[in-house]
Amino acid sequence: MNPILEALVKSVGILVVALAGFAYMTWVERKFISRLQARIGPNRAGPFGLLQPVADGIKLIFKESITPANADVLVYFLAPVVAVIPALVLFAVIPFGSDPAFQLASNINVGALYVMAVLGVGIYGMILAGWSSNNKYALLGGLRASAQVISYELGLGLAVLSVIMMASSASLNDIVAYQQPGNILGWLIFRQPVAAVIFAITALAELARAPFDLVEAEQELTAGFMTEYGGMKFALFYMSEYVKMIGMSALFVTFFLGGWSGPFVNEAPVLSLVYFAIKVLACLLVMVWVRATLPRFRYDKLMGFGWKVLLPVGLVNVVVTALLIVAGVPGYK
Amino acid sequence: MSPDFLLFLIIALVAVAAALGMLFSRSALYAALFLITNFGAVAVLYLLLNAPFLAVVQVSVYAGAIMVLFLFVIMLLGAERLGREPEAAAMRWQRPLAIVLAVVLIVQAVYVFATRASAVPAVAQAIDAGPLNIGKTLINSYLLPFEVIAIVLLAAMIGAVVLTRDK
Repeated sequence: MNPILEALVKSVGILVVALAGFAYMTWVERKFISRLQARIGPNRAGPFGLLQPVADGIKLIFKESITPANADVLVYFLAPVVAVIPALVLFAVIPFGSDPAFQLASNINVGALYVMAVLGVGIYGMILAGWSSNNKYALLGGLRASAQVISYELGLGLAVLSVIMMASSASLNDIVAYQQPGNILGWLIFRQPVAAVIFAITALAELARAPFDLVEAEQELTAGFMTEYGGMKFALFYMSEYVKMIGMSALFVTFFLGGWSGPFVNEAPVLSLVYFAIKVLACLLVMVWVRATLPRFRYDKLMGFGWKVLLPVGLVNVVVTALLIVAGVPGYK
Repeated sequence: MSPDFLLFLIIALVAVAAALGMLFSRSALYAALFLITNFGAVAVLYLLLNAPFLAVVQVSVYAGAIMVLFLFVIMLLGAERLGREPEAAAMRWQRPLAIVLAVVLIVQAVYVFATRASAVPAVAQAIDAGPLNIGKTLINSYLLPFEVIAIVLLAAMIGAVVLTRDK
């Protein structure tokens, strides 16, 4: 097949799956969290409330589009788009299955670094939204969001670095391949537990999800950088958050849970897609579970935790990993 | 015209236009956004030269880290609008100096382009600019400069910490 056409088809496929995933992730989250809080959750639109995301989408489309007074109109309209693009392009390097056909950019040898670069650029949507809205809550929310994301990106980078050191490759395919000596113990979560914990915590902070959702702390900042956004523009921010959630879960699966690996993958490559989806769903449910369980951090505690705990622990983990690899300890080379 | 060359032309145009936009923008925030666009375009140029590692580093260091801090400072200081003639009297000597230096740079660029332009594709093909090779080169051939830069960065970091501490 023509490579350009092939890339186009795969991109559209990823887009469709990401959008459907976003829509139904909101449903899953609301259902699961209401179960945890002994409620029923959405149950009016369709069986089990399954049409709720559709109803929400239609509602948001028909909302009036409002531009706040004295807002910087160009940046105000650009910000939601800038927020969504990094969330979507994150999927370009992730191997969803054992076959090269299940990945968009399979020959890139710096996949893990690409992911870090894309996540780094992902902050701009929040900053620009906060600045252009001409609203003090939005500006403070934007500043808070960017400070938090910058701080936690360092810890995330160190966790990913430990994984790259183990696999001695920055390619996501090599990292998945490295984790399959035939059994579950090959998963990096068992050999890099510290990195896995750091990655999980920093991923939550990077997504600004509970308990790190200070960005949208209602009591202090109304809705943070999203305060002045409504209708489809709001929906785009919402979408970027949920698509990033799925992307982060996919990355956690790729780095620590053996990616698409599982029994009988060689006989039926389609199974690898199923295993990947199940693992990603498990990670997503844990995220919702955490949200229903933990209260929000205080802002100074959040920054202190990132800089004084996660960063030093991450650095020590990198050094220890390097020593173990150089010493040739079994399981580390 | 090969697709690569066409792509190069488009990206180069974007890079130059973004750079000009940065220079002539009266709003500091728009100038920063133009600069980010320029960094992104340059990253794509690295990709065209078969150097994905450099492209990714360009995006994550310049576009992802440094420019975020720029935007942060611009927003915190509320310095979006530049003055009409900032300190015109004190900076008078800067304009002729800038013109002279720009002429020197253009002459250099034209000279390099005219004499060595044909060498560039060969170099791009010959070098494997992957993370492994760059790391090995840094540690083996350029160990001393690498360590010196590390110490300079450490000093700058400690300086920043000392400056922000209360008495």
